[in-house]
Amino acid sequence: MTNTSPIERTGERPGASNSRLPEFYRTMRRIRTFEERVGELFVRGQSAGSMLHLSIGEEAAAAGVSAAMRPQDTFTTHHRGHGIFLARGAEPARMMAEIGGKEAGYCHGKGGSMHIADMGLGHLGANAIVGGGIPAVVGAGLSARHHASGAVSIAFFGDGATGQGVLYESMNMAALWGLPVVFVCINNQYGMGTRIDQATANTALHERAAAFGLEAMSVDGIDVEVVADAARTLVEGARAGRPGFLAISCYRFYGHARKDKSPYRDEAEETAGRLRDPVGHARARLIETGLAAQAELDAVDADVAAEMDATIDFTIAATEPPLASMFRDVYAPDEPEPEPVRTRIDRVLARD
Amino acid sequence: MIELTYRDALRKALADAMTEDPSVILIGEEVGRYGGAYGVTKDLIREFGPERVIDTPISEPSIVGAAVGAAMTGLRPVAELMYVDFIGMTMDQLGNQAAKIRYMFGGQIGVPMVLRTQGGTGRSAGAQHSQSLEAYVMHTPGLRLAMPATVADAYHLLRQALRRPDPVVFIEHKALYTMKETVDLDAEPLPWGRAAVRREGGDLVIVTYSRQLHYVMDAANRLAEQGVEATVIDLRTLNPLDFDTIRERVNAVGRAMVVSEGVMTAGVAAELAARISEECFDYLEDPVVRVAGEDIPISVSVALETGSVPGPGLIAETALRLTGKRAAA
Ligand SMILES: Cc1ncc(C[n+]2csc(CCOP(=O)(O)OP(=O)(O)O)c2C)c(N)n1
Ligand SMILES: [Mg+2]
Repeated sequence: MTNTSPIERTGERPGASNSRLPEFYRTMRRIRTFEERVGELFVRGQSAGSMLHLSIGEEAAAAGVSAAMRPQDTFTTHHRGHGIFLARGAEPARMMAEIGGKEAGYCHGKGGSMHIADMGLGHLGANAIVGGGIPAVVGAGLSARHHASGAVSIAFFGDGATGQGVLYESMNMAALWGLPVVFVCINNQYGMGTRIDQATANTALHERAAAFGLEAMSVDGIDVEVVADAARTLVEGARAGRPGFLAISCYRFYGHARKDKSPYRDEAEETAGRLRDPVGHARARLIETGLAAQAELDAVDADVAAEMDATIDFTIAATEPPLASMFRDVYAPDEPEPEPVRTRIDRVLARD
Repeated sequence: MIELTYRDALRKALADAMTEDPSVILIGEEVGRYGGAYGVTKDLIREFGPERVIDTPISEPSIVGAAVGAAMTGLRPVAELMYVDFIGMTMDQLGNQAAKIRYMFGGQIGVPMVLRTQGGTGRSAGAQHSQSLEAYVMHTPGLRLAMPATVADAYHLLRQALRRPDPVVFIEHKALYTMKETVDLDAEPLPWGRAAVRREGGDLVIVTYSRQLHYVMDAANRLAEQGVEATVIDLRTLNPLDFDTIRERVNAVGRAMVVSEGVMTAGVAAELAARISEECFDYLEDPVVRVAGEDIPISVSVALETGSVPGPGLIAETALRLTGKRAAA
């Protein structure tokens, strides 16, 4: 059992020569900028609703764990999953269009921010039910073993999901059956307005996973290399039949959703919390170790900004899904679609 | 007379009940410090303290289950489920425990709790945050079910629910929280379990509840412009169901339509239409028509979301066709 504290892991960075930090930086910048544009889409009244949960401050969790995953691996996310999906290779324009409720989106405007998915990239789905996506990775683990696919399935969820019984049932099954599964808890300190210590008496979250017999670690999510390192250990362990649990501690920079101004936490705390910035941390480190010059990083940022600006234009120009498409995909394509209410009313009123 | 929003009326009902009865407690996610996801319990924790306004972890089955146990042992809990969409997670505690305890245990004890929640479309909240699941509750013997459509009812039905001997599921509509009305809360309310006749008319009876009441009233006004007069019945509570009022009005008028936001198949509208067809058969001049939600999940797309539930247009058009007085196109 590896219960590794953040401090212990800090020394284990790979040498500068084979560092993946430049790549991680780019991934994290893309997430940060994408999320900022999601905020802009909302302000411009072009998003489908306001239930948009930004993962700003959590970029290292997405980039670090994703780096440990292989193409055949599958995953589910919680409602704050834009960054994870981007790190797994999502097209930002199609994501933004989904967030705008447009036909060109990943789910044709049916799912939205909280229900984005792409089977091609192994994304078994984001979820608006806290904990709702967790047990699916147990099934995906069974499936991977059955098909000897070598795939690992990863559940991403927030600290709030540790309140859900379904997490414990799933962890128990995964450990019992030695499944290729990793549970990744992105502990941003809050579930809506509830701070983690107001939701549980033991905030050392990896301890409960260890109690089930999982390989369990907690790391500080400010340092993407530390996250990537821990994730690599756990994901490869899971591939070998030793399921894992990784708690990544970070800070939710902004309100829960777009309309929440976080009145339940004070400014000093927010200011301190926002200093725990994985993007800024990676940038400083790249410069300090000579892996990248300021100007190069500025160029990356500009490049990313242009890419993400385009997602807004794409979304605004995209069309609404056609009304008749509402009946599509309730059942399989070859099955009859549900009969519209109007058709049923017509039949009732057809008699003289 | 005071001007209140639906949200304020609910809050006032909770505050008044808590003041009057020290055994009333609130328990749920974000009900305390945050003041409720939709602001209904705002500042109640300041007024009544954290012993009576209890913030919980995100643990719906245990929130409802704890309310059951508290209700069995002398408290009057108001549990809050942030969205009715999460009711499935709690269905054991609600359906197998709360609903059956009085019966299974031979009448020894009841479960006088209220489960407050909210449902419906209107916020682009997507497939898991926009449903109308009242049929789950209505289909479970032992549970009472209230669904207020007006500000006054938000207040009175919640106060009445908090005096009932059995578990009440109280479903608010998320699109109504900011609705304002000038109300006289001292006026004698309709008794618990009585439907309200919101409008009188001799051409057809429209039975509805919750947010659809407002669409139906809007449609009824359009119909009146075309010479069709509707009686509008707002059920207020679905269990108890005031079928006497429905039967009396439908028998007098001879035509009925049922309007519900929930999906059409096996929904509340299905139950009402079946019962009207059975019990009012001899008086009906036309078949009972249901206008209800499409048999599909709710999309995040605004166009698909609004397109999948009844609106005033479809209600008025259907009523016109039913009464055979369809205006020449
Ligand atoms: C079953 C369920 N209960 C409650 C909610 C309402 N809700 C949405 S997000 C959230 C907080 C989740 O916190 P956490 O898991 O830490 O994720 P974070 O938002 O911090 O990323 C709550 C209570 C929900 N969507 N699903
Ligand atoms: Mg959280």
